Amino acid sequence: MEIPYVVQPRPDTGLYNAKLGIWLFLASEVMLFGALFSSYILLRIGAAPGAWPHGLLNIPIGTVNTLVLITSSITVVMAWASLKLNQFNRFKMFQGITLVCAMLFVCIKSYEYYDKFTHYEVIMTDGMVADGHLVEKSDTHITLKHVAVFHEGEGTAGDHHGEHREEMRIEAAQIRKMENYGPWHNTYLAIYFTLTALHALHVIGGAAVIAYLWGPGSRMWKTDPERFTNRIEISGLFWHFVDLVWIFLFPVLYLL
Amino acid sequence: MSGHSPHEIKASVRRYLLVFGALIVGTAVTVGAYYIDIPSVAMTVALAMLIASVKAFLVAGYFMHLMSERKMIYGILGSTAFFFSVLMYLTVWAHGQAPPGTVYLGASIAAAQHAPAAHPPASH
Repeated sequence: MEIPYVVQPRPDTGLYNAKLGIWLFLASEVMLFGALFSSYILLRIGAAPGAWPHGLLNIPIGTVNTLVLITSSITVVMAWASLKLNQFNRFKMFQGITLVCAMLFVCIKSYEYYDKFTHYEVIMTDGMVADGHLVEKSDTHITLKHVAVFHEGEGTAGDHHGEHREEMRIEAAQIRKMENYGPWHNTYLAIYFTLTALHALHVIGGAAVIAYLWGPGSRMWKTDPERFTNRIEISGLFWHFVDLVWIFLFPVLYLL
Repeated sequence: MSGHSPHEIKASVRRYLLVFGALIVGTAVTVGAYYIDIPSVAMTVALAMLIASVKAFLVAGYFMHLMSERKMIYGILGSTAFFFSVLMYLTVWAHGQAPPGTVYLGASIAAAQHAPAAHPPASH
């Protein structure tokens, strides 16, 4: 049995099956991210005045990642346009750039995560706090670099104005509490990791589909070019949605 | 997308490049606005969301071809926008529905932070 409207649009809706399917899927994705955005808003407006952290993320790195994703968005649509113009080699080139951008985005995001997981807040027995990146850890002591030292309860994480040291060795006996900037550290980091990890999973999933259509899946161009072009359009719609989500995530998490 | 003739596609490619440029400029403006000292938090949030919305409109309208899509897709997105708005409204509405006398834990922490330090800073 042949499935109808795989390539040609259905007369009443004007859409082929996959296009209707992807838009319904994207609608459900809007609600998924919407629920998490509403969680962010509730946490943000529920925080005590001055308690919401600022300056924890690296803005230049976030900006570069935004530009990487925007670049990948235009290469996706250019790849589709190339197929429409019967230029298969240009399609290969543009989708190749998209894949490089996707990998770059994930690598940069991984670096940001690594930076957070090695960033420690150490509360000492004398009430002082040392905030810096862990470079050495043993049973007897730890060593932090790029350290801000301030008194417990002085400001909020990321914007304290304590004494700054290049490196600091802290004996284990001096440490009362030590915690890295993982999702457990505060509600801001919890929602940051939840939103960005979910988004990164979408980037990886989208890139996997694009990679398949760029590699083995591209054989369909020879047998059924119209259907292959539709597949590229569908994967592109998903990729643009991923870009759309990041357009809101970047200012919300990095700048506000 | 309605038109798929080679001529229409070539015209679309020019539009894509313009949109790409606008998205780069939008990103630069968003980051630039962060470094400008805007006195009102509400104004900062409104500006950032306005720029993000314009960028989102450009991506959805031109890259996703929503400017010239079928009615069925507008219907799907219209209902999504409705439920998304309800979700956001419920969130803000719920925040104002806390029982009288509710004190956020964060508020007590902030109060403690403004109190005099219990331990004098260690000498270095």
